[in-house]
Amino acid sequence: MTSVSLHKQAATALDVDKVRADFPILMRRVHDLPLVYLDNAASSQMPQPVIERWVRYQQSEHANVHRAVHALSEIATREYEGARDKVARFINAHESREVIFTRGTTEGINLVMHGFGRAFIKQGDEIILSALEHHSNIVPWQMLCEEKGARLRIIPMNDAGELLLDEYEKLFNAHTRFVTLAHVSNALGTVNPVRGMIHTAHQHGVPVLLDGAQAAPHMAVDVQELDCDFYTFSGHKMCGPTGIGVLYGKAQWLEKMQPYQGGGDMILNVTFEKTTYNAIPYKFEAGTPPIAAAIALGVAIDYLNGIGMGAIAQHEQALLSYATTQLRQVKGVRIIGTAQEKAAVLSFTLEGIHPHDAGTLLDMEGIAIRAGHHCAQPVMQRFGVPATARASFAFYNTFAEVDALIAGIHKVQKVFA
Amino acid sequence: MSDGRQLYQEVIMDHNKKPRNYGVLADANRRAEGHNPLCGDHISLALRLDDDLIREIAFQGETCAICKASASMMTTNVKGKSVADAETLIQEFRDMATGKLDTATQAHHLGRLNVFAGVRELPTRVKCAVLPWHTLHAAFHEESSATTESGEF
Ligand SMILES: Cc1ncc(COP(=O)(O)O)c(C=O)c1O
Repeated sequence: MTSVSLHKQAATALDVDKVRADFPILMRRVHDLPLVYLDNAASSQMPQPVIERWVRYQQSEHANVHRAVHALSEIATREYEGARDKVARFINAHESREVIFTRGTTEGINLVMHGFGRAFIKQGDEIILSALEHHSNIVPWQMLCEEKGARLRIIPMNDAGELLLDEYEKLFNAHTRFVTLAHVSNALGTVNPVRGMIHTAHQHGVPVLLDGAQAAPHMAVDVQELDCDFYTFSGHKMCGPTGIGVLYGKAQWLEKMQPYQGGGDMILNVTFEKTTYNAIPYKFEAGTPPIAAAIALGVAIDYLNGIGMGAIAQHEQALLSYATTQLRQVKGVRIIGTAQEKAAVLSFTLEGIHPHDAGTLLDMEGIAIRAGHHCAQPVMQRFGVPATARASFAFYNTFAEVDALIAGIHKVQKVFA
Repeated sequence: MSDGRQLYQEVIMDHNKKPRNYGVLADANRRAEGHNPLCGDHISLALRLDDDLIREIAFQGETCAICKASASMMTTNVKGKSVADAETLIQEFRDMATGKLDTATQAHHLGRLNVFAGVRELPTRVKCAVLPWHTLHAAFHEESSATTESGEF
């Protein structure tokens, strides 16, 4: 079967050409060749409406929020809080005050580590996390364990990159205090069965944080349905700007937690004797927040909703399945991460070729992929590789770009032949 | 053809497939490990110094093609040289890779190593090319390890 007929077969509801026209950067050339951007798991690109909203805010609406009675401050505050409402609806949070703006996923996780972990986790306690976590969901908990004398318990995975649920259940005991888990793995693409895993944790009375950095951009997320206690993700991986992210937390937890940073905005009343903290979410938003970035994230959410998370997921799944089929036919390829449930992330190695060399040679063809350990060194160790090459897709990628990737890989192999 | 691609084709055709001085050195009296944490490159370098002369040198490691070719060519270029001459090459190689030395217009002793000037077109890969040289420097100074993240480019 030719790839052309496969394209037709895999055609999806989403009008990719129309979507691509919204992304100015996708028109640019790299090394005098059309850009093929397949590094979306690291960071996605920004569509024109988001760029324009950012510019309009800076041109005509900017002032500090929550501070002044003048007109601009009221506009900025209204727009900033409006973005919070959009986020709350996007993940179906019960209330907007359960949505905290952070710098990104990393800060979201660190906030929970400080606010919850340092307040409630003690010597001898145990924290469960999985073998496929990003460093940002390992290191903060290690720091906490070191400080408190607690310890990490790791959920192992099989050779496909799927977590072993029997082993997970066996990790619970009287010392278990917290579970923290990637919703989707950035290195392998595995979509974890988080709903059931959360249910298991709750049966043991243990709260759960989900790292949604790779999930929120690619699928509909409903935090009430998941029943997770915390959920965190980054704006820059979902067509928004860098410097903005979200931490969702159930109000009952956020109210009990200690603040992460001290400063302006997070207080109600300050004397030298005592400070009264502000209500949530402000208790966790010390200092002037990234106002323009939050507003732009709100517009990115509008944009994704306009396309529809269902259509996005469907198109990306079609890309993944086409790319997987094509890549499997290339000699010497080993796909790392072959879970049943996967997001559109394709990690692989090429026999006899270091992923960095593959990455550099593909770049010379205008093809941007990631090569390295993907901030998940334990995953690399589990699969016995120093690094992988990773192509990760967004809804604006095309089947022709998959073909370009495959052709590029053949060229790489020719250099090494 | 770009210098970057040329670098690849020249060094990979040759040194990546047939690395010179690859293996262990039983009677080594200096050793060092080189590590590039960003891409996982790792090389082990072993030398036998007689007074001030590099009698024998060998390397092993799990690395990308640029690092392996750089290590391979380094070993052939420093074998039989004095430590002082090798130090000159280390300095010149680093300067070339980071753009401080323009081998087209400035005097140097790099000879065929000049092919690595192409790595300047691949800024993310400069560290891969320089790692073996850092490691050699560490071996001379009896430091057991070198890393590309020490910020001393
Ligand atoms: C699964 C996962 N968690 C956390 C992060 C960290 O996100 P950020 O760098 O935006 O804080 C990433 C981003 O690479 C990720 O993929």
